[in-house]
Amino acid sequence: MSATSAARMRMHARRKRTNAVALTLSLGAMAFGIFWLLWILYETARQGLGGLNLHTFTEMTPAPMSEDGGLANAIYGSLMMVGIATLIGTPIGILAGVYLSEYGRKSWLGACVRFINDILLSAPSIVIGLFVYSLMVARMHSFSGIAGAVALALLVIPVVIRTTENMLNLVPNALREAAFALGTPKWKTVMTITLKSARAGVMTGILLAIARVSGETAPLLFTALSNQFWSAKLTTPMASLPVVIFKFAMSPYENWQKLAWAGVFIITMGVLALNILARVLFKNKH
Amino acid sequence: MAAILPTTPLETAEPHVHQQTPPPARRRVAPWADTVFAGLARGAALLTLAMMIGIIVSLIIGAAPAIKQYGLGFFVSSDWDPVQDKYGGLVMVYGTLATSFIALLIAVPVSFGIALFLTELSPNWLKRPLGIAIELLAAVPSIVYGMWGLMIFGPLLGTYVQQPLQRLVGDTPILSTLFSGPPVGLGILCAGIILAIMIIPFIASVMRDVFEVTPPMLKESAYGLGSTTWEVVSKVVLPYTKTGVIGGIMLGLGRALGETMAVTFVIGNASQLSSYSLFEAANSITSALANEFAEAGEGLHQAALIYLGLVLFFITFVVLACSKLLLMRLQKSEGSRA
Repeated sequence: MSATSAARMRMHARRKRTNAVALTLSLGAMAFGIFWLLWILYETARQGLGGLNLHTFTEMTPAPMSEDGGLANAIYGSLMMVGIATLIGTPIGILAGVYLSEYGRKSWLGACVRFINDILLSAPSIVIGLFVYSLMVARMHSFSGIAGAVALALLVIPVVIRTTENMLNLVPNALREAAFALGTPKWKTVMTITLKSARAGVMTGILLAIARVSGETAPLLFTALSNQFWSAKLTTPMASLPVVIFKFAMSPYENWQKLAWAGVFIITMGVLALNILARVLFKNKH
Repeated sequence: MAAILPTTPLETAEPHVHQQTPPPARRRVAPWADTVFAGLARGAALLTLAMMIGIIVSLIIGAAPAIKQYGLGFFVSSDWDPVQDKYGGLVMVYGTLATSFIALLIAVPVSFGIALFLTELSPNWLKRPLGIAIELLAAVPSIVYGMWGLMIFGPLLGTYVQQPLQRLVGDTPILSTLFSGPPVGLGILCAGIILAIMIIPFIASVMRDVFEVTPPMLKESAYGLGSTTWEVVSKVVLPYTKTGVIGGIMLGLGRALGETMAVTFVIGNASQLSSYSLFEAANSITSALANEFAEAGEGLHQAALIYLGLVLFFITFVVLACSKLLLMRLQKSEGSRA
């Protein structure tokens, strides 16, 4: 009796010990994740704020070893390309999302598109760059800002499709039925009832898509290339913040590296702000 | 007779109709709008498929010269020499697989810990902020990881981890090969660690989501029998969500394989591999593309790079498709049980 109860106690203690160890490790894993985030943000702020001043926003990218200079052309190029990409990608993404949720929810085509879209969502962005290279750059025989914008648009589309479909699926069917009962045609129901009530969610998706492509470098490397000077023409190579950061960071010149950190700071803050804005927007609505 | 018959009902019916107030004319705004809208939506959806097919076709066309020249021998040759116009992709494929493998080795247990913490341990008020913090790790652009890895993390890794490790292992047979080479930080190990940090949020959030679909009844029954939290997770939740967990890991793997900028910054970019050391500078498919493609003239060099891109796309496609199928299976079984 005492022997079995002692054995039982030992086993109990062992189980409790295993549990304690596992839970401590789990806590450690959580801390591990948070640690990297804080460290990266801290270094970005520490190194980036040092190189940041008004000239960063007003002057062109400098030659190596020179004193001043900024990132104006790169910031402009980034805004331009991300803007165009959003304008191209958003309507297509929303329409396809509408198709998946309102028309093809059970259809074979819908299932197929959903599957492919989820793969495109995680597909390597550099491959998208290769695709747009052979689609546009090789044909036009020139790297160009518009090719960069198209490459980014192709990355916007899957994100917008996914969130639009998810958000439309949350809209209760009773709303659709009520609209149909009043004789509303389907396109009008979608535009004025379903899409409207899912507005916040769809906006969240667009913001997240913008956040994602503003930091993308790989698809721009061989579509928009880069440009040391101000170029507003979309048919010429165009500088962008991520590509300039890449070029400057890998260089041995100190003034370039400093500007690269400033650029990293701008991008990180922009992307994090968009992410937080998207979450706040979504939370207020749901 | 036949001519009269149809008119009779009409004649009797007509006055009756006219007495009624006519129904309000239905205002059908643009009756074609429905067709057009449905067409547009379907067209946009088809565009996704067209994109996928376009990517595959354009990669195959672009890679054709290299495929013709080297065939599958491309993957057993480590000879990458643009000057002599000779290409073999072994080093890049090895670099991609090795870094992704290291990343999974680190990221899977950590993500599991995070998911466990978020679903079972964390107090409710902390769940959301901590979840967002982990998701923000995924939001940080990869170029920021690259910059931070190159300037901050790499040198620290070299000084405080690699050098002591080399002193520690000394001449131990296998370990000394693994840890040989210049301990400067940048290389396969560094790239693997940074990839791990980048894919943790993806794996962790899938794991958290699938853990949360475990029916509370199952968990509560186990708790009721006196199980500890760990026993509930390892013996009830994990078996129940197995497919989802593997799907999440595959998703992370797909991300790691295709990650470009962070790897390009820290892998060291050497097209030749001098040893099997983890500290060795190497090249991955993505970093070779990022560094060389824009400068490569049309011809065999470019075709060889596109060939690498095709292989990368093929591998990630398979991995991501598996991930998706596994996650779908979990969803389906969940539906049937509900």
